[in-house]
Amino acid sequence: MDTENFTIKQISVFSENRPGRLAAIARALQEEEINIFAFSIAEAKGFGVVRALVDKPGVAYKKLTELGFMVSFTDVIAVKMRDEPGGLFEIAKILGEAEVNIEYAYAYSGKEVAVLILRVDHVDDAIRRIRGAGGELLQSSLFT
Amino acid sequence: MFWNKAMETISGPDLRTLQLKRLTWTVRQAEKVPFYQSLLKNAGIRSDAIRSLDDLVKLPFTSKKDLRLGYPFGSLAVPLTEVVRIHTTSGTTGKPTVVGYTRADLENWADLMARDLTMVGLGPGDVFQNALGYGLFTGGLGFHAGAEKIGMTVIPSATGNTRRQIEMIEDFGVTAVNATPSYAMRLAEVAEEMGAGLETLRIGTFGAEPWSENMRRELEERLGITAYDSYGMSELYGPGAAFECEEKNGLHFWHDSFLIEIINPETGEQLGPGERGELVVTPLVKEAMPLIRYRTGDITMILDDVCPCGRGQKIARIMGRSDDMLVIRGINVFPSQIEHVLLSLPEVGEQFMVYIDRIHHLDEMTIEVEVNRDYFSGELGDLTHVQKRVAGVLRDSLNLRTRVTLVEPGSLPRFEGKAKRVIDRRGDIW
Repeated sequence: MDTENFTIKQISVFSENRPGRLAAIARALQEEEINIFAFSIAEAKGFGVVRALVDKPGVAYKKLTELGFMVSFTDVIAVKMRDEPGGLFEIAKILGEAEVNIEYAYAYSGKEVAVLILRVDHVDDAIRRIRGAGGELLQSSLFT
Repeated sequence: MFWNKAMETISGPDLRTLQLKRLTWTVRQAEKVPFYQSLLKNAGIRSDAIRSLDDLVKLPFTSKKDLRLGYPFGSLAVPLTEVVRIHTTSGTTGKPTVVGYTRADLENWADLMARDLTMVGLGPGDVFQNALGYGLFTGGLGFHAGAEKIGMTVIPSATGNTRRQIEMIEDFGVTAVNATPSYAMRLAEVAEEMGAGLETLRIGTFGAEPWSENMRRELEERLGITAYDSYGMSELYGPGAAFECEEKNGLHFWHDSFLIEIINPETGEQLGPGERGELVVTPLVKEAMPLIRYRTGDITMILDDVCPCGRGQKIARIMGRSDDMLVIRGINVFPSQIEHVLLSLPEVGEQFMVYIDRIHHLDEMTIEVEVNRDYFSGELGDLTHVQKRVAGVLRDSLNLRTRVTLVEPGSLPRFEGKAKRVIDRRGDIW
């Protein structure tokens, strides 16, 4: 099984915790006509990391770096969930039993589907186990 | 009250004769130190050429840098076997300044502290809580020795555990407290929270950092004390080189033990009484570490008025610094030390900004540094680790807890010429 097809490049952007920083990032993405599929902000004392799944991560990386932002790619996976009670449990249970640790996660719930984006310690294991259990992952080709 | 009336009030020709004799002795003592040998040679002066106090201006200045270059024992005029104690003080870069004391140095220092404390009306029967740090910092041990010498009951409470400090003041009937002014403010605040009246307290002696007349009024009111300013630095033994008397109008220097001058910090030219400039001190009886015309960096002036208490010439309370030294919670910090630390850390750039605030009466230093792009993994945990590491190394190096803020690379101001990296937001401190 080729796990590469399901390993998605999330962009992680360092941001000081002050007004206007998210707007600056978002404007840059708009200028490049980049669509944001999902994003979250993790914050520590005085700074944070903006994490985003975008349709053109390579273009986003280039644009944000040119503007002086500190950007890096992080490998994540995106798992489709049933948008009903127990949907999250199904996925989390698989990973728990596989001893795969979730470092962080964020999710979105759309009209048709809910998606859980996961940063885990063993990406390949996670992909195999989720697919093995009949779970469905978004393909990385959606984000290139 | 006097501890040593003869020496506290010596003046006129008697003082000048004593000072000349001791100045000559001090220069002879300095001639035992290699770096002074070359300083004196360059200045073309020897101890046997000093004929009057006017010859002082022919002697070279000593800077903090001169002392740092000799790390660790390059400033000692006696063999280490005669040194009975060592203290250190922050240097301008990585290495501290080492200060050594012979047994006679410690006795002289304790005698000066005894004069200081007696001068403000303390003595046997007083219970003295010494809330300054004990250790390499000279504050705690310096006051301790003088306070014991004059027969007070001394509580070496040091700093921290503020509620316990308040309980001790109440339970032990403490009459006098010694602290940094900012810690004294904290004591006042906690006492109020605890509903402690501190009825026995009557005198406070404060120093090691700048404090204004407004702060004095507030401390006196809230603690129910008379508050006195003290002055000193490790290079001049430690605290106690000058102290306020009950007039609270300037600090008496001990002229039998120190020869003082005020100079223009730019030109080095001597200034007269009433003229504001940098304080330069030549200690007159220091054995282990003699100093010649030591540039303190402190801005003040010599007051020309005669004090009703009968002691000698006073200096005004310190008005500022001639260099960029900062005093944070009683600890001296040079921006160059911060730069030195940052250069040793590849995770962050060498640019920085320092912000100083007074939060709940305590100084807080926040240092902004830029993350190095090569160290950005995208993980928050790695950044937090960098933040902790920078704060940890700064703490070890400065002996000071700081707040470290990570900022985006390239976002800090770059300076051409004189850098303005320190924003002091404490307001009314001098």
